[in-house]
Amino acid sequence: MSMAQQAEPAATTPPAPGPEKQKDGRTARRPLALRLLARPEVGVFLGAVAVLVFFLFAAPPVRDGGSMANILYQSSTIGIMALPVALLMIGGEFDLSAGVAVVTSALTASMLSYQLTLNVWVGVVVALLVSLAVGFFNGWMLVRTGLPSFLVTLGTFLILQGVNLAVTKLVTGNVATDSISDMDGFDQAKALFASSFEVGGVQVKITVIWWLVFAALATWVLLRTKYGNWIFAVGGNKESARAVGVPVTFTKISLFMLVGFGAWFVGMHNLFSFNTVQSGEGVGQELIYIAAAVIGGCLLTGGYGSAIGPVFGAFMFGMVQQGIVYAGWNPDWFKAFLGVMLLGAVLINLWVQRTATRR
Amino acid sequence: MTDKTTGTDGAVRTDTPAGEDRPLVELRAAGKSYGNIRALHGVDLTVHPSKVTCVLGDNGAGKSTLIKIISGLHQHTEGEFLVDGEPVRFSTPREALDKGIATVYQDLAVVPLMPVWRNFFLGSEMTKGPWPLRRLDIERMKRTADEELRNMGIVLDDLEQPIGTLSGGQRQCVAIARAVYFGARVLILDEPTAALGVKQSGVVLKYIAMARDRGLGVIFITHNPHHAYMVGDHFNVLRLGTLELSADRSEVSLEELTNHMAGGAELAALKHELAQVRGVDTEELPEDGALRAPTAATPEGKS
Repeated sequence: MSMAQQAEPAATTPPAPGPEKQKDGRTARRPLALRLLARPEVGVFLGAVAVLVFFLFAAPPVRDGGSMANILYQSSTIGIMALPVALLMIGGEFDLSAGVAVVTSALTASMLSYQLTLNVWVGVVVALLVSLAVGFFNGWMLVRTGLPSFLVTLGTFLILQGVNLAVTKLVTGNVATDSISDMDGFDQAKALFASSFEVGGVQVKITVIWWLVFAALATWVLLRTKYGNWIFAVGGNKESARAVGVPVTFTKISLFMLVGFGAWFVGMHNLFSFNTVQSGEGVGQELIYIAAAVIGGCLLTGGYGSAIGPVFGAFMFGMVQQGIVYAGWNPDWFKAFLGVMLLGAVLINLWVQRTATRR
Repeated sequence: MTDKTTGTDGAVRTDTPAGEDRPLVELRAAGKSYGNIRALHGVDLTVHPSKVTCVLGDNGAGKSTLIKIISGLHQHTEGEFLVDGEPVRFSTPREALDKGIATVYQDLAVVPLMPVWRNFFLGSEMTKGPWPLRRLDIERMKRTADEELRNMGIVLDDLEQPIGTLSGGQRQCVAIARAVYFGARVLILDEPTAALGVKQSGVVLKYIAMARDRGLGVIFITHNPHHAYMVGDHFNVLRLGTLELSADRSEVSLEELTNHMAGGAELAALKHELAQVRGVDTEELPEDGALRAPTAATPEGKS
């Protein structure tokens, strides 16, 4: 039935069906393995399994439940940020300011609560507003000027990095904020952002749960809602998307604000688990998030990817980072591993894109 | 537009008898300037239901500017633009779509990496459920897309395949089927045959005729007079931003159209120039009369 492509009402092109059969007919479904591999998250899933198995053999301590909880915790702090970064990337942009934005958010909450002696929740809410505003600014600048996101967010990155340091020194006279552990509302906030619970005798951080909840939510939004459809469309072909009535400006700006939300959440986690914030931190983290998204099968140029992929991408990062320590190797190797993983992922992506668009 | 209550057929059929003489879309002395560059000037154009209005012109003649005005990507800076007899000024393509004016662009018709059915419903997705859980009605969308495509004679096994894997002609057809489904009354086709081979072009021309028979007003932009003459009811030739020719099918022959399109006078001058430059034996070049017909057959053969 499938071969009949244009053959049926072929009034104007009587000899058409012959040669067009091979060109247009898609009778033979591609082999299952190939179709599976074309899913954005399958490559990274296999990669994550490979890394896990490797370290299970190479580093015996990894087999312990406590170590695994620790690895998952490491992965979750990267993973929570990698999710909105991945959505943004599918939407065709990326955000270099994501790393320092985490610190900005934590600093805002910390200094506001401490210096004005307010309930920490006030700081938490204001920090959320600030983070969303930073995201909005990124998106708005991008949409208004039409500049590439590299330039716009590089600007924001530098601004935030400077502001973080300068304002912290100005306000506290120090490069770190004061501990807020005895402030009103601290315990509640800590319970939400940085507590841990016990599963079978193993302490698991709550961020692991948040990470998986956000990932499930992001997957649902991406694949099952209008907004998710728009994300793919604005990343895949902005002009077509606009021409068929997709609100491109709204989609782009909201994606940047989503990264702002992620930065706020991770910032709050950092603040409530360490009680204090180092103002110079966060530089370089943005690349880790982007790398986790790319390893997770998101196309840097947009229009392709998943929310589950970056979960495995972040897990690979956490696994390698901790695995090297558990194996007793020099942790300096971590970045080298990272590079290899990233290049491998990029090559797979390239191949996938070519396979997917091949006639 | 999540529901097909504003279906094509209903909307169009009721429109046709009453508005037979009233154009769906009309431009009166319309023009557009970008700063001090006048891209389009004094263009009159009417689009009637069940008629194909062809707009022909060389590169840079103002074809793109013209469709951008009608499709809502740009605003006209002079003259009038009427839809159903009412003056309008669109600021987004969405507004044009809401008036039933759909545009199928040559290159930017689809998002290549997205599945066929997602492309079909992009921007007008069907949803179900209350707000916080409002989600895509994937089953219904796939079924509808498949049905609509089959109605247009396009049979695809797998609507999950990225639309980029389809051939150029099929992609055009999907885009046309989409526009027809979403209740377009006016269909603007931006050089739908330009990048296609001979057979593929034939397929697209067939869908243009099909859309016309369903009661749509079609604006067919092309620089191939042969394609235009196969389906066109009215022909407009643009040159340097102004209308050079506006004629009904009864008033113009294919040869005249080709001649207008190729620019008869310019061609003669070119022939003269060629003779000087390369010392071409002008005796061997075809005479003016013979020159007309074949000229248009060749330039479009870029498949």
